[in-house]
Amino acid sequence: MTTLIAILIDGAIYASWLFLVAAGMTIIYGVMRVLNMAHGSFYAIGAYSAASLVSWYFSSDQGNPYWSLLILPACAIVAGAIIGLFIEQGLLRFLHGRDEILMVIVTYALMLILEDATKLIWGVNPYFAYQPYKLLGQTGFGEHLRFANYDLMLIGIAIVIGLVAWAALNRTNKGRLLRAVIHDREIAIAMGVNVNAMFAATFVIGAILGALAGALTAPAISVSPGIGVEVIVLAFAVIVIGGLGSIGGAAAGALLVGLARSFAVHIAPEIELFVIYGVMFLVLAIRPQGLFGQTLARRI
Amino acid sequence: MKSKLRISHHTLRLSVIAATLVLSTTMSTSANAADNGKYRIGVVTFLSGAAAGPFGVPAANSARLIVEALNNGKVPAPYAKKGINGLEIEMVLLDENGGATKQTEEFRNLVQRQKVDAVIGYISSGDCLAIAPAAEELGVPTIFFDCGTSKVFEVVKNPKFLFRTGLDAVVDNIAAARYVAETRPNIKTIAGIEQNYSWGQESWADFSQAFGRIKPEIKVVSEQWPKLGQGQYGAEISALSVANPDLIHSSFWGGDMEALMLQGGARGLFDKKTVVLTGGETGMEHFKGQVANGTILGGRGPFGAFSPKNALNDWFRPAFVAQFKESPTYPAYKMAQAILGLKSAAEKSAKPGVMPSTDQVIQGLAGLSYEAPSGTVKMARSNGHQAVQSISFGEYQFDAKSGKATLSNVKTYAGECVMPPDGTVNADWIKAGFPGAKCN
Repeated sequence: MTTLIAILIDGAIYASWLFLVAAGMTIIYGVMRVLNMAHGSFYAIGAYSAASLVSWYFSSDQGNPYWSLLILPACAIVAGAIIGLFIEQGLLRFLHGRDEILMVIVTYALMLILEDATKLIWGVNPYFAYQPYKLLGQTGFGEHLRFANYDLMLIGIAIVIGLVAWAALNRTNKGRLLRAVIHDREIAIAMGVNVNAMFAATFVIGAILGALAGALTAPAISVSPGIGVEVIVLAFAVIVIGGLGSIGGAAAGALLVGLARSFAVHIAPEIELFVIYGVMFLVLAIRPQGLFGQTLARRI
Repeated sequence: MKSKLRISHHTLRLSVIAATLVLSTTMSTSANAADNGKYRIGVVTFLSGAAAGPFGVPAANSARLIVEALNNGKVPAPYAKKGINGLEIEMVLLDENGGATKQTEEFRNLVQRQKVDAVIGYISSGDCLAIAPAAEELGVPTIFFDCGTSKVFEVVKNPKFLFRTGLDAVVDNIAAARYVAETRPNIKTIAGIEQNYSWGQESWADFSQAFGRIKPEIKVVSEQWPKLGQGQYGAEISALSVANPDLIHSSFWGGDMEALMLQGGARGLFDKKTVVLTGGETGMEHFKGQVANGTILGGRGPFGAFSPKNALNDWFRPAFVAQFKESPTYPAYKMAQAILGLKSAAEKSAKPGVMPSTDQVIQGLAGLSYEAPSGTVKMARSNGHQAVQSISFGEYQFDAKSGKATLSNVKTYAGECVMPPDGTVNADWIKAGFPGAKCN
């Protein structure tokens, strides 16, 4: 019974983290048709910013430690907005509508630049922002199994972000305009929608979500070079399983991968390495467009 | 159906390109080989990637410090003679990141185009196993300064040009097993969490077999194999919590090790349990209060916080701290002793001021006994190509008031106690009960 509880909670926590990581990437792809390889760098920049500010906050004895929990999203919003706006306005807006493969290469180059930039700014030694992770205490299940409440909080945050994204797309005027752009960019332009502004806003939101995932993860890890590259592979697997460009798909993909991985760790740890890609293989074998992906005829 | 196929091909195309780009690495080469009368050493260590911070950069810094000090004649005796045999040392520093295939190409480039006189380097087990045969093929003195895999001298059975001046994983884990058996005699159940590649797999096999041989009654209750660089260990920590072992062994390193200790500590995983981190010494300056006092740490030899007091260490440690504003950890010590080993070997028979030949270097280094900041290094295994040294383990103690971490209850095991004799397979030696081991 304890093992079953552990599988479900571990799966939910990991799925929440995967969703946070993948949400920004899938939103950007859905709207802009840009498979953003630099998304992992947004994650890394969010993590480094949060780790720097949180460690400064605690080292300078600023008072109430719970404020550090607000520093994390604040860092992500500022860092993500700046870097997202800079990249979109400084580079991507000149490439709107270009071939998707070209955009993969462009954003891959961006990733390499940003990886080196983070090393230039923060160096290669690890950064820690561990204080918020322990701040919320633990919750016990049975005699030996305990979870950090910080991890349980991530489940709530992921649900809130998912619901907000869904509501923003389906229940607001801006969301409807965005869906019009997703559905047919040329018709949207013809109808007077400012597509360039939509693209800029989407990219900034995606970058903020990537940085938010990094900032929220920073308290639990050693923030060191290379964390962004690891993340991009997982995020890519999740959004391909869910269907490229689908928020609901990213959530479903994250949940599927999270639970499968958790099951493997508890029942057959030796296959853990394989299980994520095993799930990806099975889903794509049955539904090549992913769980929530739509089949579209190519326009000639 | 057609449109489905189109989409699947599209997804596939994107996937292939994305995967290729993620997995690909930047290649950079430079060819400026010139016979300039300097002794040219290729130094290869991680300058980027996850292994750069904990291992590669300290090692590179150590190489810079030692080479500069040798060139200026500032290293204490017996290394007071400038450079190598009086010749200025020129260092060609390369990044080890990028995988074994790239490293083999870079190694060939170093030897054939850049015409280095010797190569010192390599941390990753995968890189070492790829470079080992290439070193023998190209006939250049090659010293593995770190490289934990026990398979190096199984891949190259009769080495001529290949040397390793550090210890391998089997030594770490037999010593760890002995330490735990001596200091925690009541342990009945053990578990391991290891990175799922050769280093982690060999480490766990060596530790669990050695501990099982010393204490046959112990039971393995959980084995966890997360991916290298995973960073998130929630499910593994739950599995270990449910298994509730008396002892948790881990060969984790770098950010993975620090993340595991952070996440496990916050969830009470290590409460009332003994934890062994065979490479934990590199994290001592970062752990602070995140790691419980009493956690058993190893330093892969008499390095870093375990290093002895001697004239060379009295110079090396303060010089490193002064230049790089941090204490030298074990990779820094291991790099220093690799360079000093090369210098000792080159100067053994070459005439002063004359460029030592390859034969003089390899003959000088085989079977050599020389001094380093970590103490005496004896090249006494694998026909004189593998170093033998003592290894220490101790318990982490952090003082919150002073903010400093120290080691207590340190025990040192002689190389002859924890290293299998020549010609013996590690697993066979452990299974046979360590025949011939000399443990005081």
